[in-house]
Amino acid sequence: MSDLLPAPIVNPDSAAYWEAAREERLVIRKCNSCSTLHFMPRYMCPACWSTELEWVPASGRGTVHSHSVVRRASAPEFADRVPYVIALIDLEEGPRMMANILGTDALQVRIGDAVDVCFEAREGGQKVPQFRRAEQSEEN
Amino acid sequence: MSSTNNVAGSLKNKVAIVGVGESDIGRVPGMSGLGLNAQAARRALDDAGLAVSDIDGVLTAYSFTEPYFMLGSVVCEYLGLKPRYNASMVVGGCSPAVMLKHAAEAIAAGQCHTVLICAGENRATGQSRDEAVNTLLAVGHPYFERPYGGSIPGFYAMIARRHMEEFGTTEEHLAQIAVTTREHALLHPNAHMKKPITVEDVMNSKPIADPLKMLDCCLLSDAGGAFIVTSAERAADLKCKPVWLAGIGEMHTHEHLMCAPSLTEFGTRESGEAAYRMAGISPRDIDLAQLYDCFSIVPLIELEELGFVAKGEGGAYWAEGHARIGGRMPINTHGGMLSHAHAGAAGGLLGIVESVRQLRGGLGPRQVEGAEVALVHNEGGILSSHCTLILTKDKQ
Repeated sequence: MSDLLPAPIVNPDSAAYWEAAREERLVIRKCNSCSTLHFMPRYMCPACWSTELEWVPASGRGTVHSHSVVRRASAPEFADRVPYVIALIDLEEGPRMMANILGTDALQVRIGDAVDVCFEAREGGQKVPQFRRAEQSEEN
Repeated sequence: MSSTNNVAGSLKNKVAIVGVGESDIGRVPGMSGLGLNAQAARRALDDAGLAVSDIDGVLTAYSFTEPYFMLGSVVCEYLGLKPRYNASMVVGGCSPAVMLKHAAEAIAAGQCHTVLICAGENRATGQSRDEAVNTLLAVGHPYFERPYGGSIPGFYAMIARRHMEEFGTTEEHLAQIAVTTREHALLHPNAHMKKPITVEDVMNSKPIADPLKMLDCCLLSDAGGAFIVTSAERAADLKCKPVWLAGIGEMHTHEHLMCAPSLTEFGTRESGEAAYRMAGISPRDIDLAQLYDCFSIVPLIELEELGFVAKGEGGAYWAEGHARIGGRMPINTHGGMLSHAHAGAAGGLLGIVESVRQLRGGLGPRQVEGAEVALVHNEGGILSSHCTLILTKDKQ
């Protein structure tokens, strides 16, 4: 257990998101009033303020919008992980999220790379969505 | 963005900055964060030639090293002030410019006469470096960015990476920004950094979050800054030379990077346009600029977004020396947050202090010849919140 990073903090807005992640499902919010999809879950739609929202599955495919290789961790629990890659992923459905790029070729990541979701175990049986470069996923 | 309708109200020539001060800067052991605020405030008051009893409003920002609840009240209590107008405002690095806007609004509305605006923290000696970075990490989204080890340098690094990808900006361009502002800091008697650096030094400095290296990142200083704003009527009666607020605008688009509408276009543009509109001037009329520079990529992007150069030409502007004192439009003439000082909201505030000094003149080798119009841009978060102000030597 000690090798695992802490689980994310769950709050009422995000409980369903993290519950899905625990089951290795990536879900996003859809507004049934204006059809806008958004990532960071909230009480109402940030586009039209409707509260008619539902969770919908994301394909797990995305594109790297930008990235950085972090050489100096800014939180102690990540100190053993450097160098690691943080990236902004544009999901196939549109919304953008942040994650790490995992895998042996992660440091070679480039803007525009196709990536696929994977799930990383965290403390307490929690899992968090992460991404791998698509080519590597196929090889593995 | 949120609205295409311009607001009608103007703050042009309604207020002037009549006093500026900065604390001792660098590693200043033996000074608390509040003490740095007080030292800067005392110097600003002396500079203005005002009495303590003249201050009837106080605005301050936030502190990571002394994170009091109700910091505005705490600062007043520490200074022994009982103002009729007071608040602590937390808009990240753009708090100082936003505070000036609120002070101007309050003065123009007759709610108070003379406002002290101050900020300061002992970031160099008041906490360890790891603690400093960890506290700053709170800017990352607690639920959707922090679980991934996102860091402030990492977030700005992703912005830099995107700019490099789209416009061909290079790491050498970024290094030129650090080098130029260091040259400026060497001309400032109170700057934190005292030694020159080369592009090679920047390129060889410790990697932090690719493509950003240690010398692309702002300082962690002990520093405080303060300035005093008063009405046009009162400014006319003072012994000091007032510097006028000609235009000011703001724009807020997001807080967390994952929610930013773009990684190359920011609220900087709308904020700047609002300031130009109020002042009735264009970027051509600006003699010098103090652009927020928490990381080297930031003043490059701001230069573009504020309309000084076309998109993608920011790097060349710095590399060709146009930002140098004596150049086309000098930038960060005190050394900015990369080389003069950075301590929370004091970082951007010290750009306002420097602009006032430049417009008054007489700075010796640091003086921008013929400086009559200065622009200051503050940003907070991850290029999330923006406030641009235009200051003039004379009433326009």
